[in-house]
Amino acid sequence: MRASLAASAGVSLLQVGAAGIGGPLLYGLMAKVRARAEGRAGAPVRQPLLDLRKLLPKERIHATHSSAVLPLAPLVLIASTAVAVAITPLISTGPALGRTADVFVIVFLLLLGSVAVALGGLDAGTAFGGMGASRAMTIGALAEPALLVAVLALSIQARTSNLPGIVSATLAHPQWIASPERVLALFALVIVVFAETGRIPVDNPATHLELTMIHEAMVLEYAGPELALVTLGEAMRLGLLLSLVANLFFPWGIAATASVPRLVLGLAVLGAKTAAIAGVIAVVEVSAAKLRLFRVPEILAAAFVLAVLAVVTGLVMP
Amino acid sequence: MLACSLPRPTGRRRPEIRDPAPDLILPGSVPLPCAGRLPGNMITSSTVQILALLRSLFTRPVTEHLPRPPGSARLARFPGSVQLRHVDAGSCNGCELEIASAFGPVYDAERFGARLTASPRHADGVLVTGVVTRNMAVPLEKTLDAVPAPRVVVACGDCALGGGPFAGGYGVAGRAGAIAEPDIAIPGCPPDPVAITQALRALTGR
Amino acid sequence: MSAALFLGGLGLGAAGALAGAALPARARVPAAAVLTAGACIAAFAAAASVLASGGTITFRSAEILPLTGVSLSLDPLGAIFVITTAVVGLAVSCYASGYAASGGSGRTATALLPLFITSLLLVPAAASVATFMAAWELMALSSLLLLLTGHRRREARDAAQWYAGMTHVGAAAILLALVLISAHAGGQSFAAIRAHAGSLPPAVRSLAFLLALAGFASKAGAVPLHVWLPRAHPEAPGPVSALMSGAMVNLGIYGIVRTGDGLLGGGQMWWWLAVAGLGVVSALFGALHAAASSDLKRLLAYSTVDNMGIVLIGVGASGALAARGHGVLAALAMVAALFHVISHAAVKGCLFLGAGSVQHAAGTRDLDRLGGLLRRLPATATLFGIAALSICALPPFSGFAGEWLLLQALLRGFSGHSAATATALLAGVAALALTGGLTAAAFVKAFGIGFLGQPRTPSAEAAAEVTPAMVAGMALLAVPCLVLGAVPGAIVPLLVKASGTALGGTPPAPVRAGTGLAIAGSTDVIQPALLTAALIAALVLAWALVRARARAGARRAEAWACGRELQTARMQYTATSFAEPLQRVFEDVLRPDRDLDVSHLAESQYFEDAIAYSSRIDDAIERHWYRPLIGLVSRWGEVARRAQNGSMHRYLAYGLVALVVVLVLA
Repeated sequence: MRASLAASAGVSLLQVGAAGIGGPLLYGLMAKVRARAEGRAGAPVRQPLLDLRKLLPKERIHATHSSAVLPLAPLVLIASTAVAVAITPLISTGPALGRTADVFVIVFLLLLGSVAVALGGLDAGTAFGGMGASRAMTIGALAEPALLVAVLALSIQARTSNLPGIVSATLAHPQWIASPERVLALFALVIVVFAETGRIPVDNPATHLELTMIHEAMVLEYAGPELALVTLGEAMRLGLLLSLVANLFFPWGIAATASVPRLVLGLAVLGAKTAAIAGVIAVVEVSAAKLRLFRVPEILAAAFVLAVLAVVTGLVMP
Repeated sequence: MLACSLPRPTGRRRPEIRDPAPDLILPGSVPLPCAGRLPGNMITSSTVQILALLRSLFTRPVTEHLPRPPGSARLARFPGSVQLRHVDAGSCNGCELEIASAFGPVYDAERFGARLTASPRHADGVLVTGVVTRNMAVPLEKTLDAVPAPRVVVACGDCALGGGPFAGGYGVAGRAGAIAEPDIAIPGCPPDPVAITQALRALTGR
Repeated sequence: MSAALFLGGLGLGAAGALAGAALPARARVPAAAVLTAGACIAAFAAAASVLASGGTITFRSAEILPLTGVSLSLDPLGAIFVITTAVVGLAVSCYASGYAASGGSGRTATALLPLFITSLLLVPAAASVATFMAAWELMALSSLLLLLTGHRRREARDAAQWYAGMTHVGAAAILLALVLISAHAGGQSFAAIRAHAGSLPPAVRSLAFLLALAGFASKAGAVPLHVWLPRAHPEAPGPVSALMSGAMVNLGIYGIVRTGDGLLGGGQMWWWLAVAGLGVVSALFGALHAAASSDLKRLLAYSTVDNMGIVLIGVGASGALAARGHGVLAALAMVAALFHVISHAAVKGCLFLGAGSVQHAAGTRDLDRLGGLLRRLPATATLFGIAALSICALPPFSGFAGEWLLLQALLRGFSGHSAATATALLAGVAALALTGGLTAAAFVKAFGIGFLGQPRTPSAEAAAEVTPAMVAGMALLAVPCLVLGAVPGAIVPLLVKASGTALGGTPPAPVRAGTGLAIAGSTDVIQPALLTAALIAALVLAWALVRARARAGARRAEAWACGRELQTARMQYTATSFAEPLQRVFEDVLRPDRDLDVSHLAESQYFEDAIAYSSRIDDAIERHWYRPLIGLVSRWGEVARRAQNGSMHRYLAYGLVALVVVLVLA
């Protein structure tokens, strides 16, 4: 009992560490793919980690009119994302509290992080923070139905909303991968991942024009270690979402027991899967243009329709 | 297989476009002089674009190799990574074009860990171009104040270093050094992108 | 014993009303507050004992109301609502003592508030038609008079008119429904009605249910009968609006559950699908208007419509599943709905008390004129923030546990059911998802624009923290947000008992409540306590890491605004601009009313003198359905006026004709 408790706690810490390092590496990989597609050499894949290391000893600056919410928001973001990473089955099906890793818990923990960053943006007392918060909450509000209905489709098929349960059910029924409801839910979830992580075509993370920013505008005011926490939190969020897409739709390679060789294999397989998805996202980013803000609801509505079709298909076809 | 013919500057007639499916060109779009062909005679400009992108993922990048400046690893203020906020304090945009080139595919300063950011709070320093005009003196000061310590000032171009063709004009408040002494100076009007890239490498030591 | 406790509580409430009316100025407020608090505590104790034992308290007296007598019966379902009202009432009486002491309310309000709370405690215990209607009317009248304490303002008078009209039409519908079924059953006590429920013809049952649904849904704020809510709740004084949103709308839900399940014995499937449909529409409409509103209390009022819609989805799903014979699933849905009722009461009560404090301190409830209140009213703002996070259904607060239970109930209902049920459940989940996102946007706006950033007007800048009594009232309601979020299992067994009473029979418990919540018969489980602990630990760890790396404290500097020389508070986003993208996306539903007035110079039409732009979002249902209806009624009234020409002879003739008609028919 105590050994299994220690093992699952160890798995959780391993997952948090892997996400903390792997998330920035995914950012670096996407930047590298982008650079190569543009014909440039590009920064090394580990560049975001170097950026974070440089940010930590820098000075912290708080806006004159801000309150305690401004420094608290990055802490809430990283705490909620870390807890979500710790309990989700990413490398193994048995992290600490993994039995309680309900898919709705993960969705609402991610929403907690978004709300925290939006409030931090509003606390700065500038027009940019308000604009970023307004746009981010609008897109989040419209992505929420698509996300919940898509995971509902998965939960109905697996007859449970427990994440290890869905993963085990998918492993037990490999033919589900090709089922129409899975494919439709996958498309809906991929569109939602673009919206939640703020990539082109929804938002350009590298833009310098404040009027085109959505997420970046909320974090304009952060400096030093707080900026490092926000960036790391967003990177872990990207890693979590890509890992969820990978594990819910292609769960092979996930460790069923907590033995070390299995965990290493699970980590390697997860890294490969998320790297592949990140590469695809980077190619889409390079070849598509950013959408106008008022076209984004149309793409999210399309994701919602796909998710509803997934549920209906799952109900109609046995 | 690509059949690529660049237009000759004759000035008399536009070069004939060898596009066998002209009805696929949408009204208002410019036909490409260089068209890629897929089986079935289906050609669109976005197809060309995506193919070119995917192909360049696997070919060698066009970036030039630049030798490391001597002693840079030892002098680097921000080893491995530096972010700068660019401020145009009244420049003619010549330096901006060269900076854009420096971050472009040929000279690619990003591979050495340097990057331009939108907010000075995210930056390690300010990259100033242009002679400091009266209108831009206060904003430049505020931008520099917004950068968290430790910070650096990089003055790019002769104007920022106090010289240049606009020095002493009636709209000029002073050189960049009047606001803050630059730590790195990049002379030239405009400076060569190689010089800019090597100066940024000196900050990161890569 | 517990009957005496409950009756004693009601008596204390009445005494509080008398004290508020009769005592001199200095003694009036504390006496009324203490007596009301005592009433709430006594009622809470009585209801808790009912829930603990699973029994019922009964009381009958033939003397109090002539001709019909008074009959009270408190069973576990009613006890849940009494407990909710008691907690909200306790907090409100504490708040109201501070509010009145700082000049917020006068003698009328101090006298009527205990009466209002007593009537709210009485309604769930009523066990005969007459008692129920008497308590219902008492509740309506006392709240109407409390609303009219602001009669000097035109908006308050308008709101009172709408409220009076709609609540009495609703009461008439309820009375008609109850009279219809009691006439067929041959007695007016609820027990007699329940006993004869099976022998009612189906057409009468359906008609009675629809009438009762109309009346109770209007009280609960279900679209399209909700139009009084966004007018009345904002115009009521702070403590009164907290009671109205936190305790009174719940009684609409109580009425639907009691009539449909208790009195009419379950009913048919389409009744409950209609209830769920009302819930879906209310949730979406309320959430959308909350996201688009820039008046703080109107935002909270529409959020009440939204949350009552969510509860109606749960109640409808429960009834539909029970009609199909799935007792355990129906119990799960009912438990989820009741949990949401309790959680919403605590949260919305806290939010409305906070809005009342803000209005008292800053003089306005327009979000476009507030800002920077977190630094000026720290305790109020922190408690408001906790409640706002809870209503967005974020872990680890109470709103999340309720949302999870409801999602589980809807998820389980999918397997092996008819297409109609599946569509209704899918609509329910989609509505929950969209309203969740819109609520998050609305409350980020409410808290972020109202409390964070810089103050936008001098009155917001001059705001100061309110009296400790008012803060204590809010804190009392914030505690359940945190406790129920961390340990929802504490009340779930009680809710299971209540749902058993509501649905009849004792199915096995649908939710096992230990340290966490586990759905019976599946692997779905959450551990909110451990989740809370993990979040707090992660937060502390992150904070420690930041402090360890940063050697000095943070530097205070001007916010980065592109180096502009002048940066003022008016350059921040306002609530209207925050909501603008959502307003654009949902323009067809919201239909904003835009007016652009351009006046030209006299000398030339080409030069403009002044441009005035105004934009307003009215309730679309009020404008497109109610105003034509009111126009029709008033035109009919004009026509009917011709029959009243003042001639006594004509009136006597009317009386004679009516007498002859009645004699012929009877």
